[in-house]
Amino acid sequence: MFLQGYLPSILEGTILTLQVAVASLLVSVVLGLIGAMFKMAPSKPLVWLAELYSTVVRGVPDLVWMLLLFFGGQMLINDFCTRMGWQAPEINSFFAGVLTIGFIFGAYMTETFRGAIMAVPKGQMEAGLAYGMSPLRVFLRITFPQMVRFALPSFSNNWLVLVKSTALVSVIGLNDVMYRADTAKSITQEPFTVYAVVGLIFLAITSVSDFALKRLEKRYSLGVRETEL
Amino acid sequence: MIDFNMIVEKLPAFLGGADGAPMMSTSDGLQLTLELLFLSLACGLLLAVPLALMRVSKNRVASSLVWLYTYVFRGTPLLVQLFIIYYGLSQFDWVRDSWAWEYLREAYACAILAFTLNTAAYTTEIIAGQIRNTHYGEIEAAKAMGMSKWLMMRRIVIPSALRRALPAYSNEVVMMMQSTSVAGLVTLADLTGVARRVFSDTYMPFEPFITVACFYLVLTFGFVWLFKLAERRWLAYLAPRKH
Repeated sequence: MFLQGYLPSILEGTILTLQVAVASLLVSVVLGLIGAMFKMAPSKPLVWLAELYSTVVRGVPDLVWMLLLFFGGQMLINDFCTRMGWQAPEINSFFAGVLTIGFIFGAYMTETFRGAIMAVPKGQMEAGLAYGMSPLRVFLRITFPQMVRFALPSFSNNWLVLVKSTALVSVIGLNDVMYRADTAKSITQEPFTVYAVVGLIFLAITSVSDFALKRLEKRYSLGVRETEL
Repeated sequence: MIDFNMIVEKLPAFLGGADGAPMMSTSDGLQLTLELLFLSLACGLLLAVPLALMRVSKNRVASSLVWLYTYVFRGTPLLVQLFIIYYGLSQFDWVRDSWAWEYLREAYACAILAFTLNTAAYTTEIIAGQIRNTHYGEIEAAKAMGMSKWLMMRRIVIPSALRRALPAYSNEVVMMMQSTSVAGLVTLADLTGVARRVFSDTYMPFEPFITVACFYLVLTFGFVWLFKLAERRWLAYLAPRKH
């Protein structure tokens, strides 16, 4: 039998990997929007904070962040609980992984969204405000729909890098596709086949995302004339 | 809170020395990280230039083969590529029997091979993109001077494309520098590997991981600064006018 029946297990791990990727994408988008707003805020300390976040996070490898936040966070929580006389909780590695990857890619998203918001002409927002819309409504109805076009290329790139980064989460004990592959590798004695299958799975995920995001880019660029040479 | 004495005490281990060096290498820690980085960047760049020429060539077969290569290597995680080479190749008897096995069973050589193939794929696309962006005037001028195709490639197209590739390539170098951290997952004691070892010895997470994070930050800023200088030197003609 192909891979001695380990294929279903690897596919199950793939689902977990995808869940981690999508959940961390949501976290990173929220953090990215907050970061972008901070960067364009009138208050200097907020700008510095956002600048510090996006610079420091992007200057350190994902793997180091994962190890630092997972093991460091665990220690802080344990310390805190002992000091308060509580029973220290077991840290859920799914949430830990999602928060860590979300935190890292939030920094990349900050840059993406900042650039995209700045690309929308200011007059558009001013017109919205002049019509009596609240700032939130201006953002949702005027800024956001127009910034999507500018944000998408860089957003797609971030998503593809994020998917590939999720391959690292098995180091913090998540039962993901790499973890399953490791088990399958030891038992089947067919390491090449196992990792080739994992590679193809990732290739399928990135190809499908790329195709879908290209379509979305086209959709959001309707009404914009393409330059043709 | 943070035990600075311990950081100072372990600093030599992070900087690297001959003691913990893997087979075929001379050191571990920071030195190993830099060694892996520079060897794979150099080999990757050497591979990428001819591959980029094939990628833009009119030969459909050559072009699609290179496309397939970059597509596969850019679409899968570096960790999977590293595991395929380090763990996977042992599955084949003909690999184990070949002369190359002496090298391929060492994590060090596998890491360099995986990093080289990975960075070559990204660099090929960067350079190919810039070759396609070459201004037609430059090519027309070269032809008008009577240059042969290869002379034109060597003297006009490649030098100019490599210059214009600098900004994108600087990103690739920083990404690759950070990616070398996965070497620790195949038993190598690079910066991250040393930090993991210190962590498992002492069970103190903050000291080792914050220390290596600082190392990587400094390296990142250093490379960004070096590439700024390089761009000022080689891309001066594209810079905005100062007066």
